[in-house]
Amino acid sequence: MTMTSSWTAVCAAANIPEFSGAAALIDGQQVAVFHAGDGWYALSNWDPCSGAAVLSRGIVGDAGGEPVVASPVYKERFSLRTGACLDAEGVSVPVYPVRVRDGVIEVGSP
Amino acid sequence: MPTVVVAGHGMVAHRFVEALRAADTAGEWRVVVFGEENRPAYDRVALTSYVDSWDPAALALPGSDYADDDAVELRLGELVVSVDRDAKTVTTASGHVEPYDSLVLATGSRPFVPPVPGRDLPGVFVYRTIEDLDAIRAAAERQGRGRRAAMVIGGGLLGLEAAKALRDMGLSPHVVEMAPRLMPLQVDDGGGGLLRRLITNLDVTVHTGTSTDAIEADGSRLLARLGNGTELDVDLVVFSAGVRPRDDLARESGLDVGERGGVLVDATCRTSDPAVYAIGECAAVEGRVYGIVAPGYAMAEVVAAQLTGAAASFPEPDTATKLKLMGVDVASFGDAHGATEGSLEVAVNDAVAGTYKKLVVTDDGRTLLGGVLVGDAAEYNTLRALVGRPLPADPGALLAPAGGGAAVGVDALPDEAQVCSCNGVSKGALTRAITEDGCDSVGKLKACTRAGTSCGSCVPMLAKLLNACGVEQSKALCEHFTQSRADLFEIIQATQITTFSELVSRYGTGTGCAVCKPAVASILATLGNGHILGGEQASLQDTNDRFLANMQRNGSYSVVPRIPGGEITPEKLMVIAQVAQDFGLYTKITGGQRIDLFGATVDQLPDIWRRLVDAGFESGHAYGKALRTVKSCVGSTWCRYGVQDSVGLAIDLELRYRGLRSPHKIKAGVSGCARECAEARGKDFGVIATEHGWNLYVGGNGGATPRHAELLVSDVDTETLVRTIDRFLMFYVRTADRLQRTAPWIEEMEGGLDHLRAVIVDDSLGICEDLDAAMAKHVEGYTDEWRGVLEDPDKLARFSSFVNAPGTPDPSISFREEREQKIPVLLGIPEVRR
Ligand code: SRM
Ligand SMILES: Cc1cc2nc3c(=O)[nH]c(=O)nc-3n(C[C@H](O)[C@H](O)[C@H](O)COP(=O)(O)OP(=O)(O)OC[C@H]3O[C@@H](n4cnc5c(N)ncnc54)[C@H](O)[C@@H]3O)c2cc1C
Ligand code: SF4
Ligand code: FES
Repeated sequence: MTMTSSWTAVCAAANIPEFSGAAALIDGQQVAVFHAGDGWYALSNWDPCSGAAVLSRGIVGDAGGEPVVASPVYKERFSLRTGACLDAEGVSVPVYPVRVRDGVIEVGSP
Repeated sequence: MPTVVVAGHGMVAHRFVEALRAADTAGEWRVVVFGEENRPAYDRVALTSYVDSWDPAALALPGSDYADDDAVELRLGELVVSVDRDAKTVTTASGHVEPYDSLVLATGSRPFVPPVPGRDLPGVFVYRTIEDLDAIRAAAERQGRGRRAAMVIGGGLLGLEAAKALRDMGLSPHVVEMAPRLMPLQVDDGGGGLLRRLITNLDVTVHTGTSTDAIEADGSRLLARLGNGTELDVDLVVFSAGVRPRDDLARESGLDVGERGGVLVDATCRTSDPAVYAIGECAAVEGRVYGIVAPGYAMAEVVAAQLTGAAASFPEPDTATKLKLMGVDVASFGDAHGATEGSLEVAVNDAVAGTYKKLVVTDDGRTLLGGVLVGDAAEYNTLRALVGRPLPADPGALLAPAGGGAAVGVDALPDEAQVCSCNGVSKGALTRAITEDGCDSVGKLKACTRAGTSCGSCVPMLAKLLNACGVEQSKALCEHFTQSRADLFEIIQATQITTFSELVSRYGTGTGCAVCKPAVASILATLGNGHILGGEQASLQDTNDRFLANMQRNGSYSVVPRIPGGEITPEKLMVIAQVAQDFGLYTKITGGQRIDLFGATVDQLPDIWRRLVDAGFESGHAYGKALRTVKSCVGSTWCRYGVQDSVGLAIDLELRYRGLRSPHKIKAGVSGCARECAEARGKDFGVIATEHGWNLYVGGNGGATPRHAELLVSDVDTETLVRTIDRFLMFYVRTADRLQRTAPWIEEMEGGLDHLRAVIVDDSLGICEDLDAAMAKHVEGYTDEWRGVLEDPDKLARFSSFVNAPGTPDPSISFREEREQKIPVLLGIPEVRR
């Protein structure tokens, strides 16, 4: 369990349709917020496989039931739950806590 | 180390070297091969297909240069001129003397040219080598403008192939045959009559039952006088009147030759000198010469086995033949003429359907001896393999038209039946390869057994055998759908489902992935479901489609406006220049005859499009699996050689098919004459102007596996051309796999180009009306995707770098300057090296 002290409101939940993502700028950090079939997730927007800050623009779906986003650059998949890359061993991205309050998405510090 | 010298490097010599090297595990033999031609052995059986690409590499036989094999010395361009059997040496035209321990003659045949006066005139050719075809082509092109005609002497298998090649080169062929029917050796009178009709339908004029008395020069043309009084005014003449074994080395060195020519050998392929063998078309095995490759391969194996100490002798050969002529099915196999004592014939001549089928059976009607199929040779492979075996059903029932007939399945074949006669591979061997060696695809079966690698006619049987062995060739699109893309297309079309979520919940599992989502998005778009970013569709798109621009390595995007046919006014050029300057974009001319503007951020895209759209531009779909460009040459408007307006047609085609979503990108080209400056044959569909209309080529591409497009229809008018392309594209978008371009799509289609032609030209599946309607709907429903975003505030709102800070530029994107333009600076170094 992560203890999160500060939450930042990002946007209305309605702004991110199901199975898509959006990038948010939080304290100079780029965070990718995703709306998957079973809820909300947030990862770092930075794709370690290409070096570009683009994960929020990947396709959201699942791999064997695990919710994933596929990087739009070279298509590596990252678990939305753990941030681990399914297609490159030992690679992962930071995961952010995320919640929806009164229809507003909030992201916590990682 | 003993040396085996091989005289000749044709298909059979190559097979011999391969077989010997495979069997000679101890490395006992040194092999020296002399080849008269300047290139290593190539696929002569497929020679006629050379006309499709004019690329000798397409005929290459794998490994025939022995580059990695030190034990083999290949000396090309060296004719062996004499054999000294006492000294055991051969001498070549350059004076080189090579001693041998064993000598293998594999000199093939030479075309037979009957003593017709005028046969030495320029413009008279034979049909055997790549160089022969090059020479014919050069002569055809020299003749320049006007309807050109050619004459083929000989209406056998090769003569008809030559006629096809000449037709593909744009000449009107005449075929002159001495016998009363075409293909007299293979086909009987009943089949010959129908064959004549089918061949005539291909614009080939047939003259049977007549000789050629003389060929005379007439200016730059030739005048041929036929025995029946006909005079033909032609540009060139091709002799295809049979072949004669090249047995001169044997004759001159005192070896026995067959009564009708050929180096006489016994069933072990040994000549009258035990140190000398003969194989392939130059050999007369127990007096009989074979003019096809399969018996030659068998001889090669026999000799290779003996040289490595195994006993082997020439098996009963399979002389079945199938004509490789476009649009006409003709096959004969076994005892086609009923020469066997007491044999019976069962024939069905269906003039309406245009089919003639005959089976020759034993007197009790139970064992198949041979047969002739004209007009429909679908059963050729199975029937051929059944020769000499009990029939699975009454012969009459087997010949009944499709549907009513008791079609022969692969199950009916016994294990010993030869499925691939070119390479002598039995059903049993294939079944073992599938069940024991784990070959689970046609490709693996080919690699592992060699079946299907020569004439290719048995390939459909390989697929059927895989199925019969229960090997599911998985068509699953991804883990979420067990269906193929083509299946999903049909499902979506039939159910009129319009969302991915409904499709996956009814026909798939899970929530989808980066494979199935864009594929389904593409199908939905093809079927006309509104803007590709409308509703749920946006979340299915790959990033390029999602932002209607191509993502670059630093996360910025490029913008490519459509410039149909590459034609652009100075005013529009200035708009592009101005936009690039105002937004600070890197500019480059693409390989597709248009201009790419690089380095835009997500936020800038709509502003850039607005400027372009206002000036009359629209999206060029550089990001989509869709029509990219129709490249054009200047054509008849300006070019002194052009015969049609290639730019005009290219623009019409680009505007017609723009926005059509497809399994992979589609590229096209239109050239104004045969010089082909638009590289149309390197495109998915390419059009080349002729004096009389247009030739349409399909299935070409550049990229990693370049391939030339093949001729689909020739000399058609513009209306027919457009209708044919409409159907081609619609059939492709419906039935191809995900990310399969047109070339592999056609290659993997059962029946290949001929089948494609049957479907979209002859409407053999009865779907053309439907395809035409679908294309009409596409053309009518087209709207510009960029404009669609600009006009919709909801869609526009998604074009910002950050949801919580619209207008803030992405700090990870920055540029530096090189060659006076900006280029991306990569801030984040990838952690994973690719
Ligand atoms: C811009 C351009 C290069 C240039 O500066 O000239 C280009 C750029 C790209 N090509 Fe290309 N190709 C470009 C002409 C070509 C050509 C030449 C042509 O079209 O005449 C070819 C070979 C012809 C062909 O496709 O048959 C070509 C064969 C490929 C291939 C290999 C396709 C294949 O079937 O093997 C790919 C990879 C793919 O699509 O899977 C590719 C993919 C790409 C991608 C989309 C790679 C990517 O996913 O990022 C590049 C996008 C760059 C960008 O962001 O804009 N590009 N590409 C050309 C754009 C043409 C246009 O106006 O639309
Ligand atoms: C257009 C065409 C279509 C065909 N279609 C079919 C088909 O569908 N099915 C089928 O089974 N068969 C077909 N054939 C026949 C098939 O190509 C031949 O049976 C096969 O190529 C014979 O092989 P080979 O090695 O015996 O002879 P070749 O292929 O003729 O090779 C002999 C080689 O030896 C060289 N040579 C000759 N003398 C010497 C010498 N003294 N020194 C050095 N080199 C020498 C020749 O230049 C030649 O390169 C077709 C042939 C043609 C031309
Ligand atoms: S293909 Fe022919 S018409 Fe077109 S530019 Fe080249 S030479 Fe001219
Ligand atoms: S029958 Fe010719 S390749 Fe198999």
